[in-house]
Amino acid sequence: MTDINTLPRTWSGSHGDEPFGTLDLRLTDTCLRDGSHHKRHQFTATEVHDIVEALDNSGVPVIEVTHGDGLGGSSFNYGFSRTPEQELIKIAAETAKRAKIAFLMLPGLGTKDDIRAAQDNGGQICRIATHCTEADVSIQHFGLARELGLETVGFLMMSHTQSPEVLAKQARIMVDAGCQCVYVVDSAGALIMEQTADRVSAVVAEIGHQADVGFHGHENLGLGVANTVIAARAGATQIDGSVRRFGAGAGNTPLEAFVGVADKLGWTTGVDFLKIVDASEDVIKPAMPEECQLDRMTLMMGYAGVYSSFLKHAGNAADRYGVSGAQILLEAGRRKLIGGQEDQLIDIALMLKARDAESVSV
Amino acid sequence: MVSTSSTSGRKLTAAIVGPGNIGTDLLFKLLRSDVVEPRWMIGVDAASEGLRIASDKGLEVSHEGVDWLLKQDELPDLLFEATSAYVHRAYAPRYAEAGIRAIDLTPAAVGPAVIPPVNGLEHVGAMNVNMITCGGQATIPMVNAVSRVTPVPYAEIVASVSSVSAGPGTRANIDEFTSTTSAGVVSIGGAERGKAIIILNPAEPPMIMRDTIFCAVDADADEDAIAESVHRMEKAVQQYVPGYRLLQEPQFDPASEATQGRKKVSIFVEVEGAGDFLPPYSGNLDIMTAAAAQVGENIARHLIENAGSN
Repeated sequence: MTDINTLPRTWSGSHGDEPFGTLDLRLTDTCLRDGSHHKRHQFTATEVHDIVEALDNSGVPVIEVTHGDGLGGSSFNYGFSRTPEQELIKIAAETAKRAKIAFLMLPGLGTKDDIRAAQDNGGQICRIATHCTEADVSIQHFGLARELGLETVGFLMMSHTQSPEVLAKQARIMVDAGCQCVYVVDSAGALIMEQTADRVSAVVAEIGHQADVGFHGHENLGLGVANTVIAARAGATQIDGSVRRFGAGAGNTPLEAFVGVADKLGWTTGVDFLKIVDASEDVIKPAMPEECQLDRMTLMMGYAGVYSSFLKHAGNAADRYGVSGAQILLEAGRRKLIGGQEDQLIDIALMLKARDAESVSV
Repeated sequence: MVSTSSTSGRKLTAAIVGPGNIGTDLLFKLLRSDVVEPRWMIGVDAASEGLRIASDKGLEVSHEGVDWLLKQDELPDLLFEATSAYVHRAYAPRYAEAGIRAIDLTPAAVGPAVIPPVNGLEHVGAMNVNMITCGGQATIPMVNAVSRVTPVPYAEIVASVSSVSAGPGTRANIDEFTSTTSAGVVSIGGAERGKAIIILNPAEPPMIMRDTIFCAVDADADEDAIAESVHRMEKAVQQYVPGYRLLQEPQFDPASEATQGRKKVSIFVEVEGAGDFLPPYSGNLDIMTAAAAQVGENIARHLIENAGSN
């Protein structure tokens, strides 16, 4: 296979046109994508405009905007979007002065046509996510994205379920296909620090000479910032977070907190701490339906290793059938469900309801 | 849907092209057929296990590809394509020229699509028919079960299969799965718009194929009639895939903003394979080979009956 990934870092300041100068870490805010889960995919055009403006003004270099489940996610299974995601990508791209707009896609749900449309609407970074053992389903999409001149990022979701060695091999598949940065993605917020370090280190050892390594954390065990610091020390140079944790489950690594920590550690992120804290209070908070909570349901997700986006769907099924949401999540963990299988939560709720009825009648 | 009239013991001959998992599983099913006799198994690798098994079962085998088959004095009546969409597109015209009827198990979609319990008898005269995808075979019958009772403006299917049962072809062309399946949800399922989602789950032990079918229907659609139709369809599919079953009663959610103003019907099925050659969890592959065998038999019966009446 041709080695297409001998390129210099796409963002590190080695290019004259890079507006951020030299950064130690490049941050991506994902509240307009991961936060879409928490918002039940109800973002309005105005909210997206205002949030992009505030983040851009704070110096956040990359802003991700898509349905929570990526391109094509608007559906019965994942929830219909209030505003078509392609419209939101377009608004974001028109609003951002310096930041690049990223979008997410999951092979098996989104398609190559969706990628083309997102680029037409101003998206510049194509982030392709697969379950962390299934990287080979992304090969055709990385090929297309590179052909179109998009910057590429690969997401290895549910990284806590596999060993560092497996993740490194899967990262290799993505990089050989044209991926320029592979993220270790803690979709369930289940990784603890040493596990994070081991996984990031293994991926850096495998692909670090060809591509960047990133880390995407969740707060389900309260470890988002800690894991992210450890990931950066292990060699991750691209970092995800969501201001005010605005993401699935208990939310993502709070980006503004990580910016403050990076300042203290002397790591350059290009983001102005005071500005992003203001953005958090004045712009992001009003757009949130409620704060992201570390509560029984979200703790259960971190503890049982359940995909964070299941939270709202498990809650819906629990309400609809009068069963315990926490029990639904535990059963999802027992069944080893992965991202995308939201439909199975309804089946679990029906199974629990039938079991409850049986135990009552005995 | 299957014709039961006498076919007076005659069988049509068949070749299976592609001795991989699908082709070999199909072989076991065709060996049980009253109207189709598998006579040739064709591959490109002399060391293929599928060719060895076929040879043990008394088939004539070749590892020199379809070109070898097309040079023989006697040609098959039917040809089952279990290679790849790319290969089938290249060879389909030559099969037709040679007068061989092709049943295509790849997503090449050269001929009309067939789902046995829905339109199994519609294309028995065609020279080339297509089996869509495993997810399509498992879900489109249920979309049709709803749409034959009430209009379906939108249907969405979610197919979850075990990672080990998704071969390199599916993985390299996952976009073809979603586009071919969603097209079938519309053209055969009877929905106005369709969407298809596939998930590959690596859990060990491997999960049995599961499919969820969501249909949007009118707020006042008759729930009893829909449920009855769904149960009838379950039985129709069980005729050729005994391990096809509803996991739950169909669920109805009232029209709301979250359902875009439509009543939502949710149907949950599991597809356990017959375990002929492939393990039972790979119901996704079993429903493909079972449906293809069924379609081949329908074509054979049609040809035998027509020959008899001449």
